[in-house]
Amino acid sequence: MKPGITGPGLQSTGLTDIQGRLLLARVIVLVIVGLLVVRLWQLQVRDGVYYRNLSHDNRTRSVLLHPVRGFIYDRNGTVLANSVPSFNLYVELGDVPDREVLVGELVKLLSLDRNELTRTMETHVGGTLIRLKEDVSLKEAAIVESHRLDLPGVVIRPEFQRNNPEGGYAAHVLGYVGVASEEQLTREAVQGLPAGSVIGQYGVERIYERTLRGHAGRKLIEVDALGHEKRMISVDKPQVGNDVYLTIDFRLQKLAEDLLGEEAGAIVALDPHTGDILAMASRPSFDPNALSRGLRADVWNDILQDERHPLTNRAIQGQYPPGSTFKIITAAAALDTNEIEPDETLHCGGRFRLGRRTFRDWKKYGHGSVDLRKAIAQSCDVYFYRLGHRMGVDTIAFYARQFGLGERTGIDLPAERTGLIPSSEWKQRTRGEPWYPGETTSVAIGQGYVTVTPLQMAKVIGMIGNNGIPFQPHVLRGVWGRRGEWIDEWSPTQTVPLTLPAHQLEAIQAALAAVVTEGTARESQSSVVPLAGKTGTAQVVSLRSESEEETPKRFRDHAWFVAYAPFERPGIAVAVLVEHMGHGGSAAAPLAKELIEAYVSYGGDDKERTRVSLTRPSDRVMQQEPRRD
Amino acid sequence: MIDEPWRRRREFGRFDWYFCAIILALSAIGVLTIYSVTAEKAGTQFPLYLKQAIWIGVGALAFLTMSRIDYHTLARWSFPLYGFALLLLVIVLFGGKASHGAQRWIALGSLAFQPAEFVKIPLLLVLAVYYSTQNRRGWWYRVIVPALITVPGFSLILKQPDLGSSLSFLSIYVTLLLVVGVKSKTLGVVLLSALMMFPFAWSELWGSLHDYQKERILSFVNPDYDPAGRGYQGMQSRIAVGSGQLVGRGFHSGTQTQFKFLPEGHTDFIFAVLAEEWGFLGGVLFISLFLALLLMGLDIAAKAKDSLGALLAIGLVGMLTFNMAVNVGMTIGLAPIVGIPLPLLSYGGSATIMTMAGLGLLFSVKRARLKLSP
Repeated sequence: MKPGITGPGLQSTGLTDIQGRLLLARVIVLVIVGLLVVRLWQLQVRDGVYYRNLSHDNRTRSVLLHPVRGFIYDRNGTVLANSVPSFNLYVELGDVPDREVLVGELVKLLSLDRNELTRTMETHVGGTLIRLKEDVSLKEAAIVESHRLDLPGVVIRPEFQRNNPEGGYAAHVLGYVGVASEEQLTREAVQGLPAGSVIGQYGVERIYERTLRGHAGRKLIEVDALGHEKRMISVDKPQVGNDVYLTIDFRLQKLAEDLLGEEAGAIVALDPHTGDILAMASRPSFDPNALSRGLRADVWNDILQDERHPLTNRAIQGQYPPGSTFKIITAAAALDTNEIEPDETLHCGGRFRLGRRTFRDWKKYGHGSVDLRKAIAQSCDVYFYRLGHRMGVDTIAFYARQFGLGERTGIDLPAERTGLIPSSEWKQRTRGEPWYPGETTSVAIGQGYVTVTPLQMAKVIGMIGNNGIPFQPHVLRGVWGRRGEWIDEWSPTQTVPLTLPAHQLEAIQAALAAVVTEGTARESQSSVVPLAGKTGTAQVVSLRSESEEETPKRFRDHAWFVAYAPFERPGIAVAVLVEHMGHGGSAAAPLAKELIEAYVSYGGDDKERTRVSLTRPSDRVMQQEPRRD
Repeated sequence: MIDEPWRRRREFGRFDWYFCAIILALSAIGVLTIYSVTAEKAGTQFPLYLKQAIWIGVGALAFLTMSRIDYHTLARWSFPLYGFALLLLVIVLFGGKASHGAQRWIALGSLAFQPAEFVKIPLLLVLAVYYSTQNRRGWWYRVIVPALITVPGFSLILKQPDLGSSLSFLSIYVTLLLVVGVKSKTLGVVLLSALMMFPFAWSELWGSLHDYQKERILSFVNPDYDPAGRGYQGMQSRIAVGSGQLVGRGFHSGTQTQFKFLPEGHTDFIFAVLAEEWGFLGGVLFISLFLALLLMGLDIAAKAKDSLGALLAIGLVGMLTFNMAVNVGMTIGLAPIVGIPLPLLSYGGSATIMTMAGLGLLFSVKRARLKLSP
């Protein structure tokens, strides 16, 4: 079998020797082939179904179809927020081989800002879509599409963009939308939404998120490995969100904000018969369009760290000492507890001594003999020091709570603050100290620990105007469903009325009217409509400088004015607060007067003011409404 | 050298018909599969499946030429041929055309070819000649010298870098070494212990490396290597094969291929396409045809007139077996993913022509035994 030359461990090269080994060669070949076939059987026959499913999952993709958000209208059908189609420029950094080159191309083709692009790209990692520019023009979109190969990773996506056609007005009421954070997605109202969903982040957009949102749809498509759509398998169309009508009258809203101008402050106007918020202005403000489009982190940080706090809705979040406007409450308390009769006079000599302390009146030599009317009209401090001292803080607190102070009004806007109505119990609990009688003196004229929000004060003055009957303040007027019907309508909700007897309430009302006719706000007397109101000057710090000009602005007093009109049958109650502008009579009352006169000129007299049927504005609106499908 | 017509006709028996029919069938399967993968992206380019058909035509010419040449003549020229092929590899190293980060091509006008493919047959000739004439004993002459002959080509290809081709090249040496280099007993012991040691040795050696070292090594020898992409290819390939199930998804209907989840469907992963479209039955049919070709090659070796012919036949069969097994193996997750084309099926001019030429050489060995001794 083995001729030829052989050696230890080595094989002969004789032909027969070689051929003798071919059997082994055949066996090896067969074993290898056998292994391949067995493995093939495993993959294709035994596990075939599994892999068939994998291949199915591979190519089918479920695409989320975002619903078009419902619109927001004011009470007259003016569009305050809508959704407009826009093309946004995105880049997928994972698909960008060379960022420098891409930045160069983008600068060249779309004249984008080089520094900004570089910064945006540096602050992100691959794997996420980054929005480079929102709302690109059709021409720019065409440029991008025709230069696809030069712009790897750059995509243009058509999206519905939240838009406030009236710009920055009513920003705090409307709020803005933004991509939901992971933490937000666990919140009940938006639970179960897919990541990347845009939700209301603030204001009405947030409170009525569920109403406005609509229902997302899904599209099942077949895609190739590059994600290009090959075929649509099925589609579940998204459902447009419902429209929200607000109680806001945009004309008043705009005026209120323009009246405040550059000054920080808030104006709230409401209908005391219904609780409808007619205007809610807060300054400084922000641009909801910019926020809804998504801001770069540094711009966002600037806003958050702005000392003027533009994001704060001062109307419901600003807690200010009410100053003399609080005298309304002190008066109501004193009358209801029979501490004083409206006609009863007290002497004001410009100071009130309590132990070793002396409390001064704003008028150095006093008002002389004052009754309720004069005390309110002239805003006599000593009169109220005395009443306060007689009643004690807890009685004042009791009545302040009747007016709804110290607690949220329950308005349908997020993050409302309570303000603070101090009591002896409160002080013991929070400071561990007893209440000092001197502190009551401060509280009686709305200083000291007392704080309120402008909305609360609008509610207070509205209650007085409406004979002690409060209505729940609210901004929602109704929800207009996408099938063309009202699916929710706000009906005015009365809350707990004052215990003050009618004749005493009338005395307060008369005194408030005198404020405008002969008192601290007589410069704001209106020739158009009789008003009633109360000025207030809230001390920010207790040091009182002789000359106002020398005081730095941030230590100057806040100016208050609360009013209602027309006097006989009020249709509007207004609270104006202007920060650091000194006297309420000069800085706040003129604003309220102008707003009230505008309200009257818009038809807010007795007859028209009665609540208009909701179908009326909507009929008008439905004709104007653009198609949105 | 050229036979007389009557003789030729008589020679061409049933075996030869089968042999040629199998080659043609495999080539046709290749063209069809390439068509299925690339039909849509042709565009203005000349369609790849037609190009492959042309390569097969050129390959057929190479086959005929090689089968007509007496392999003893080739054997005389084997060393100059091998030297020339090595020279081409050196040229590639310095002036080759780069693509995908590797220099593997030499451009000739509008055409380009891969010298790595054309160095295989010269090596086979050189080693076969060496083993059939060199009868001296000792490890030095049996193992080391042939290895020294192989190493220049192997390292030049590895340096391109082209891990797949270099391993395929090495398989010729290993095959011949196993058949004539070492004794059966030694072979058995080495094979068995290697098999038994493999899992331990592998995990010991490979496992002792850090991840970054492994990646460095892998990306050095294989520039296509990318940690994420690699798993992706393998997975997509297994999904393609598996989803074919028993009878396949039908011609041009495999979603893995048509939606481009499977990369390189017309070259390295052509078997996955075949298996997706024609299923287990199609896969087994292909493997059976290929097995028949291999067994016929071994049959030719068994009946070869001399050692040189037998060694040529065995070496060629060994290389084809290796290429097929590794290619199919990597497609179905049995072998690591290295770029080795599937002989006769994968798109590619150089490889197709080389394979056909090699089969022509095999045919030449077969014809020789019918001739009278010179």
